[in-house]
Amino acid sequence: MAIAGSRKSSGITNHVLVAIIVILWTVPTFGLFVSSLRDKDQLSVSGWWTALTTTESNNTGRAPPPSEQVERDGSFVLAGNLFAEGGSGTVVSFGTRVQNPNEFQAGQTGDIGDGVSLTVNADGSFEMVSPVAFEGSRGQRIFYRAGMPPRFTLDNYREVLASAGIGQSFVNSLTVTIPATIIPILIAAYAAYALAWMKFPGRALLLSLVVGLLVVPLQMSLIPLLKLYNDIGTLFGVDAKTYVGIWIAHTGFGLPLAIYLLRNYIAGLPREIMESARIDGASDFDIFVRIVLPLSLPALASFSIFQFLWVWNDLRVAIVFLGAQNDQLVLTARLVNLLGSRGSNWEILTASAFITILVPLVVFLSLQRFLIRGLLAGSVKG
Amino acid sequence: MERQLIGAFLAIVIGVGACALYYFASNMILDLALPFRKGGARAVRNQKLAATIRPWLFLGPALLILTVYLVYPAIDSLRLSFYDRASENFVGIRNYVWAVNDDEFRQSIFNNVLWLLVVPALSTFFGLVIAFLTDRIWWGNIAKTLIFMPMAISFVGASVIWKFIYDFRSEGSTQIGLLNAIVQGLGGEPQAWITLPFWNNFFLMIILVWIQTGFAMVILSAALRGISEETIEAAIIDGAKGPQLFFYIMIPQIWGTIAVVWTTITITVLKVFDIVLAMTNGQWDTQVLANLMFDWMFRGGGDFGRGATIAIIIMVAVVPIMVWNIRRANAEMEGR
Repeated sequence: MAIAGSRKSSGITNHVLVAIIVILWTVPTFGLFVSSLRDKDQLSVSGWWTALTTTESNNTGRAPPPSEQVERDGSFVLAGNLFAEGGSGTVVSFGTRVQNPNEFQAGQTGDIGDGVSLTVNADGSFEMVSPVAFEGSRGQRIFYRAGMPPRFTLDNYREVLASAGIGQSFVNSLTVTIPATIIPILIAAYAAYALAWMKFPGRALLLSLVVGLLVVPLQMSLIPLLKLYNDIGTLFGVDAKTYVGIWIAHTGFGLPLAIYLLRNYIAGLPREIMESARIDGASDFDIFVRIVLPLSLPALASFSIFQFLWVWNDLRVAIVFLGAQNDQLVLTARLVNLLGSRGSNWEILTASAFITILVPLVVFLSLQRFLIRGLLAGSVKG
Repeated sequence: MERQLIGAFLAIVIGVGACALYYFASNMILDLALPFRKGGARAVRNQKLAATIRPWLFLGPALLILTVYLVYPAIDSLRLSFYDRASENFVGIRNYVWAVNDDEFRQSIFNNVLWLLVVPALSTFFGLVIAFLTDRIWWGNIAKTLIFMPMAISFVGASVIWKFIYDFRSEGSTQIGLLNAIVQGLGGEPQAWITLPFWNNFFLMIILVWIQTGFAMVILSAALRGISEETIEAAIIDGAKGPQLFFYIMIPQIWGTIAVVWTTITITVLKVFDIVLAMTNGQWDTQVLANLMFDWMFRGGGDFGRGATIAIIIMVAVVPIMVWNIRRANAEMEGR
């Protein structure tokens, strides 16, 4: 087939172009993932693309004070290990001036003035030898350059799950998302069936309303609803920010899309099936439950993925309708807080962000075809 | 934590159960009140009456929630925009006058226009090109999945990802942000990208383009596949090559879909808020309307009048798209 050939066959440029685009699109996420697994000391001093190479950094150590010197063969010796107080790796070079940590190579014996010689070995152990007794109260400072072998660890994840509150927020996000995904489906399915197959005055008008509401910006709803929630809270003496509140809010914001998607799907079901059921004496309720619902499963799946991703990734509604305390802060809100308070601690941010995007990514990769089907069925959401 | 999860689970069971029960019970009551299976003149009348009532039983909950969560708030926002910060005193159009004269608001309008010009255009363009290119190679679907993937990532998550790329360390130290490392590698001077007024807007826009391109690609790819084989075959016989085929034969046939993608992304852009909040919170001249509105909702205890005013202005920008959508949907439904 000439056409099939022309659509599939393509030059090398085509492959290269797509490869470049794919790399551009995936590198940001990949970098985040690699970084989240790196040792936090390495992460802060070198780019993630060097994660597989040895990281070199400049450090400072200090020899013990002269009071600890020992006499040996007529010389005075101060010995110790640069890594004794934490740190690890291999010493590459060292020196005694901050400007030049590369003065001597590791293993060499360097003359550092006044007849004093200093030897630093790769493992960090050092020895200072002097013909006369060391004086003064503080030890000599030693500047060195050390190489750290690549190190990957899950420590960052352990830390954010336990102490940065990401674990708790993960549960909060689940608490918000699951009911806020399931509740709208049922309500929308009934409405969609009515709009597709039942005759009543004002049907066209209602459909237009639903289509119109699809694009109404959420911003329009926030202030009046915040006031409404506060009023209800005061009236009944309950907390205005509750999970029930946000479930119904998300239901409301998700309904137009749900009704629209499901109506289009249900309206496309074959008329004959419903009519023969009706002749057999089935009521609309029976038809809906026994025939329409099972047949609409693909559309229901599409919508639930949409709604799930949307609610999980939402920040705006969560900030307005949930409190800022630990047991109500969802992942997105927590992440924004961390950006403010731990803005330069990339080991925290990368691990937290990755946990945040993990669930949607899994949902996305496993159910992609339903998502695409939903998108194609016409999606514009407010 | 366990209690919370159990609570959520119970909520699902009770919530869904209550919904299901409502539909079941209301229908049963209707059937009992207006029996029609026994026949006779009365049955005919009952059946008609039931058929009139039943749609509203099906629609009831949806209409109630839509009214409370979308219709009423839209109207109330309009009302509140004419009231003061505590929504107590009528102030006429004072909030609108304030907006027009406020520097931050003007800045937001300017930035929003920039976003509206750049993001839909770039996303649609990239989406179209990628859809075209990936359709012609055997690993196209894998490529598409990878490009589509950012769609699943929250705006906040995406902001962290890109903030890491834009990360800046003072000159001389090792750059751990990819962009600055590249700039330095090419001999340039590292910059604190997101604090450079005007240009920082573009660094924020890239994030949204990165997310939305996948969406555009998926829709446009389906549209490209929908083009009839004969048209393309005829064009090839007439000697059309790759780019010609693309620009003169394929694109004109999918204008409708391009318009849908463009407007959908336009609406997303109008509401963009999370990215700006997470990256700069409007500092360094990056404020946009949606974030400004949010700011006024809570700033200094909240000024609902000004917040509502900004919401209305966003809404006004959406109305033309809304009308176009409704017309399109109506035309489609009449075609059925």
